Amino acid sequence: MMKKELTCIVCPIGCQLTIAEKAAGAYDVTGHTCKRGPQYAINEMTNPTRVIPTTVVIKNAMLPRLPVKTAEPIPKGQIFDAMAIINQVVVEAPIKTGDVVVKDLLGLGIDVVATRTMDKN
Amino acid sequence: MIYDVVILGGGPAGLAAAVEAKNAGAENVLILERDRELGGILNQCIHNGFGLHTFNEELTGPEYAERYIDQVIALNIPYLLNTMVLDLHDNGALKSIHMINEENGYLIIEARAVILTMGCRERTSGAIGIPGYRPSGVFTAGTAQRFINMEGYLPGKEVVILGSGDIGLIMARRMTLEGAHVQAVCELMPYSNGLVRNIVQCLDDYNIPLKLSHTITFIHGKDRLEGVTIAKVDEKLKVIPKTEEFIPCDTLLLSVGLIPENEITRNAGIVIDNRTNGAIVGELRQTSMPGVFACGNVVHVHDLVDFVSEEAVLAGKGAVNYINGDLASEITFTTSNGDGIGYVVPQQVAIKNVADKVTFYMRVRQVFQDQVVNAYIGDQLIATKKEPKLLPAEMINFNITKDVLAQYPAGEIRFVVEEAR
Amino acid sequence: MYDIAIIGAGIAGSYIARELTRYKLDIVLLDGENDVGNQITMANSAIVHAGFDASATKLKGKFNAPGNIMYEKVCDDLDVPFKRCGSLVVAHDEYEMATIHDLYQNGLKNGVPGLQILFKNAVHAMEPNLNKAICGALYAPTAGIVSPFELCIHAAENAVDNGVTLKTNHLVSDIKNHHGHFEIITNGENVKAKYVINAAGLYADDIYAMVGKPYFKLRARKGHYFIFDKEAGALVNSVIFPCPSKKGKGILVAPTVHGNLLIGPDAEPVSDKSDLATTGERLDYIKENALKNCPDLPFNKIIRSYAGLRNTPVRDTFTTTDGDFIIEESPVRGFINVAGYESPGLSSIPVVARYVVESIVKPMIPNIEENHNYNPKVRKHLRFDEMTDAEKVEIIKADPKYGKVICRCETITEGEIIDVIHRNAGARSVKAVKKRTRAGMGRCQGGFCSPRVVEILARELNVRLDDIMYDQQDSAYILSGHTKSVKEEA
Repeated sequence: MMKKELTCIVCPIGCQLTIAEKAAGAYDVTGHTCKRGPQYAINEMTNPTRVIPTTVVIKNAMLPRLPVKTAEPIPKGQIFDAMAIINQVVVEAPIKTGDVVVKDLLGLGIDVVATRTMDKN
Repeated sequence: MIYDVVILGGGPAGLAAAVEAKNAGAENVLILERDRELGGILNQCIHNGFGLHTFNEELTGPEYAERYIDQVIALNIPYLLNTMVLDLHDNGALKSIHMINEENGYLIIEARAVILTMGCRERTSGAIGIPGYRPSGVFTAGTAQRFINMEGYLPGKEVVILGSGDIGLIMARRMTLEGAHVQAVCELMPYSNGLVRNIVQCLDDYNIPLKLSHTITFIHGKDRLEGVTIAKVDEKLKVIPKTEEFIPCDTLLLSVGLIPENEITRNAGIVIDNRTNGAIVGELRQTSMPGVFACGNVVHVHDLVDFVSEEAVLAGKGAVNYINGDLASEITFTTSNGDGIGYVVPQQVAIKNVADKVTFYMRVRQVFQDQVVNAYIGDQLIATKKEPKLLPAEMINFNITKDVLAQYPAGEIRFVVEEAR
Repeated sequence: MYDIAIIGAGIAGSYIARELTRYKLDIVLLDGENDVGNQITMANSAIVHAGFDASATKLKGKFNAPGNIMYEKVCDDLDVPFKRCGSLVVAHDEYEMATIHDLYQNGLKNGVPGLQILFKNAVHAMEPNLNKAICGALYAPTAGIVSPFELCIHAAENAVDNGVTLKTNHLVSDIKNHHGHFEIITNGENVKAKYVINAAGLYADDIYAMVGKPYFKLRARKGHYFIFDKEAGALVNSVIFPCPSKKGKGILVAPTVHGNLLIGPDAEPVSDKSDLATTGERLDYIKENALKNCPDLPFNKIIRSYAGLRNTPVRDTFTTTDGDFIIEESPVRGFINVAGYESPGLSSIPVVARYVVESIVKPMIPNIEENHNYNPKVRKHLRFDEMTDAEKVEIIKADPKYGKVICRCETITEGEIIDVIHRNAGARSVKAVKKRTRAGMGRCQGGFCSPRVVEILARELNVRLDDIMYDQQDSAYILSGHTKSVKEEA
C-alpha cells in the first residue's frame, strides 16, 4: 500500500495529511480538519492543480498591470504554458473584478479573470 | 466639522474598522490614506489565500480589499487619499489630527475617537547588517512585489531570497512565474518563518531549495549586485567556517521581518509594548490615550488578514462605545508572556467591555511539538489551547470566555507553553 | 580652453571651485562619478573638529581651528545643517588624563578657543549615558557636526550658480602637459585648461603621476560605521572621542546633525581604493569598542552600516609629507595638488579653499579680476519637516507638491525632490536624491519611497523608469526590465 505525507494548502492552517491508496483509485486520507482536505490530497495524487495569480498588461488605467487569476485551479504541469498565454494579453481599462481576460485557457475550460476593478484613467 | 471617528490608514484594518464604526452607529467617519487608493498592502498581494475565515472563500489580496472598499462606498464613508498624517494631539475630549495633501494643503481636523491602522513596514538590509558592499539590486521582498505586481517592472533575473517570511516565499513564486530564476531561499533559523502551505506551493512546486540554518555572509558587487556568499549557521546562529558558498545573482530579496509603523503613535505619547513594537491595547483595542484605538499590523504583525479584520471590528466597536460614553476604563486583567510565548495581545482587559469572550493573540518563540498553551491566573490554570504544532510563524488565537474570567476579581493572565497535562 | 580645471568634486574640489568664483575665471569641475561628493565626502564621521589634536607645525594644525570657526557663516550661506555640539575626549584613568592634558596644551598652541579639562562629575552631568568609570575629559565647545555631503553638494551648486561648469561622469584617464596648458583626457569629453587643481581624493597620487614624477603616495584606510535610528539619537549630546593611544584615535560616538546616532570608525589599510565592503569582524570590533564609553548603545536600533575610506599620505622618494595635507603648486608648473586631504579636511576646508585661491592660484594668474557678481548664498533649500505649521500651510499653497509626502520616515515631500533634481549640480540618481533630501535615509531605508523616487526622477528628467540608476551611471541599475516582456510603454 502506498502512503504519502502532504501539507494541505487549501487554507493557511496547513494540515498535515496522510494519504494511502487502499485500492486502485480508492484513497484513505487522515489528518484533515475540514472536508476539503481529502479532496486536496486525492487531487495531489492524481492530478495536482493550482490557481495561478499573476498580472496582465492594462492600458489607460492608473497602473500598467492588472492582477488576474485562473478562475479554477489548473494542472500543475501546465503553469508555464498558461503564463506564456497570459503574458501576451493586453486589456483596456475600465475593467471590473471577475471580467474574463482569457477565455478557456489552454482548452481547459477555465477562464482567467481580473481580480480587481480598474477605472479608465 | 467634528468627526466621530477618524481612521489613520485605509488598508485592511482601517477599512474594516471604518465599516464597523459606521455600522455600530458612528455618524461621521473619515478614513485618511497616504497612498493613491484604498486597500493598502493588499493591492500588491495579488496571490490567493485571503478571506477563508471572513468570507469562506479563497480570494486574492485585491479582491479581499475590494469587498471592504465596496462596503465603505455603500456606507458613504468619506476618505481622503494621498494624505499624510503628520501629528496626532490629545485635547481632552477631542483629538486633533494634522495632515497634508496636495489638494487641501495643510489640514487640521478634530475627532472624538481615532483608530490607528497604519500597518507595518519591512526590516531592511541595514537593520540586519549584512557585511559586504551596498550595491543596487538588494530589495525588501515587498518593494519587489510592488514593482512587479503593480508597476510591471522586473527587478532582476537571477535571484536569492534571504528570509522565509511569507512575502519572501510568495515572491519566489512570482519572480519564477515572471521568468526570473530563483536560486535559493536562505533562512537563518532551523525552521521557516512562513506558512507551510507557502513552502509547498511557492517553493516545492518550482523546485526552489529552502536552505534552513543558512545566512548571507557577504554581498558582492560595487555598483549592481553580483552575488552573495551564503553559509550554514550552528544552533547559536553563528556561521560554521568552511561552509561558505558563492551564489552569483543580480537580485537579493529580503524577507526578514515586519515592524509595526508607530511614528505617529510614539509622537503622540501613546505607550508602546517593546515586544510587539505596537501600542499596548485593551480588549477593544483601546490604547493608553483615551479615545485612541489601534488595530491590525500597527499593533502586532499578523500572518492572516482575516484576523486583522477581526481585530478591526473590535476597535470599531470600542471607538463607538467610547463616544457614546459606554466604554469602561477600569482594567481588571493584564496579560503576560511566560515560558515559550513571545507576546500576547491584548495586554490588558476591562471585563465590563467583554461581551462573551476575549480572543488573545500570541506567538511562540520557537517550534514546539506536542505542547499546549496554558493560561493561568495566579496558580490557577484557567484555560488551555491545543494545537498539533506551535510555530513562531503562525499566530495563535486563544479564546477565553467571559464566564471563566468573571470567576476572578482581577489579576494577571499568564500564558505559558507546557507539556499537556 | 578653461582657465582652471579642478579634478574631483568632493568637498575639497567643490569648495575650492566655489571659492575661485570670487574671481572672473573660466572654471570646470570634473568628477568620474555620477554625482558630486560621492566618495570620501559621502562616508566619514561628519565631524567639524575643534582642532586640538594635530601638531601646530603641520598644515592640519594650522588650518583646522580657523576652519572650524568659519562654519556658522559657511553653513548659513550654503544652507547646510550644522550644530556646534561640542566634543569630549574621555579618559578612564590617570594615564589617559595625562594625554588629555597634552591635547589641551596642543589645542592652545593651535588657537582652539574655550578648551576645558573636566573632571568626573562634570563629565557625567554633561553626558549622563557615558560609562561611569570615565574620570575626566577634554571638553572642546567649538567642535560640531555637519552633513558633509550636503555641504559639498551645496558648495558645488553654488559654484555652478556662480558660473563654474560641472561635468560628472568624466573620469580622468590621462593628462597631457602642453606647457602652457593641460589637456585632460576623460571617458566623457576631453577638457583643456591653463591650470589644474588636483583634488582627486584617494586617486590624487594617480592623477599627479599623469603629469609628474610621484613624490607622495596615498594609502586607503577603511573605516566602518553604524547609524542608529533617531530613537537612539539622544543618547549623547556631544561627540564622544576615546582617549587617543598609539593604536589610533579609537571609536567615537556622535550625534548626527539629522538626529541619528553614529559610531565608528576603525582604521584598516586596504589595497583596493574602491574597497568599501564591510566585514563582520570589523563591524563587531566597532560595536565592542563603542560600548567602552557608551555602555547603553541599543544595537537593535541600527538602521545602516557602511564603510568609508581615508586617503592617508605617506612619505615617498622626494619629500616627507609625514601624514600632513599636501597643498601646494607641484613641481609641475601650473599644476596644484590638494592631496592627502584626510581628516581634519572637512573641518579645515573653508580656510584651505581660501588659502588655495589667495595664496597659490592668485599669484599664478596675472591681472586676475574680482567677480563682483559673486553670490555666496545658495537659494534656500526648503525642508518641509523643519517648517512651522504656518510655513507648511504657505508652501503647500504656493506649490501643492509640498503636500505630497514621498519619504514617510523622514517626511520628505515631492516638492523637495523635484527641487533638488532641477537645481544646479542636481540629482540624477536615487542615491543623489537621498543625499540631498534624506529620502530613503530613514528607518525603512527606502523600502517605501525608492519606487516613488525612481518615478519622479524619470518623469522630471524625461527618461524611462529603468534608465534611472541607484548610483553609478549605467551599472547601478535598479530594474532589469518590464514584466510580460513588454519592450516599450507609454
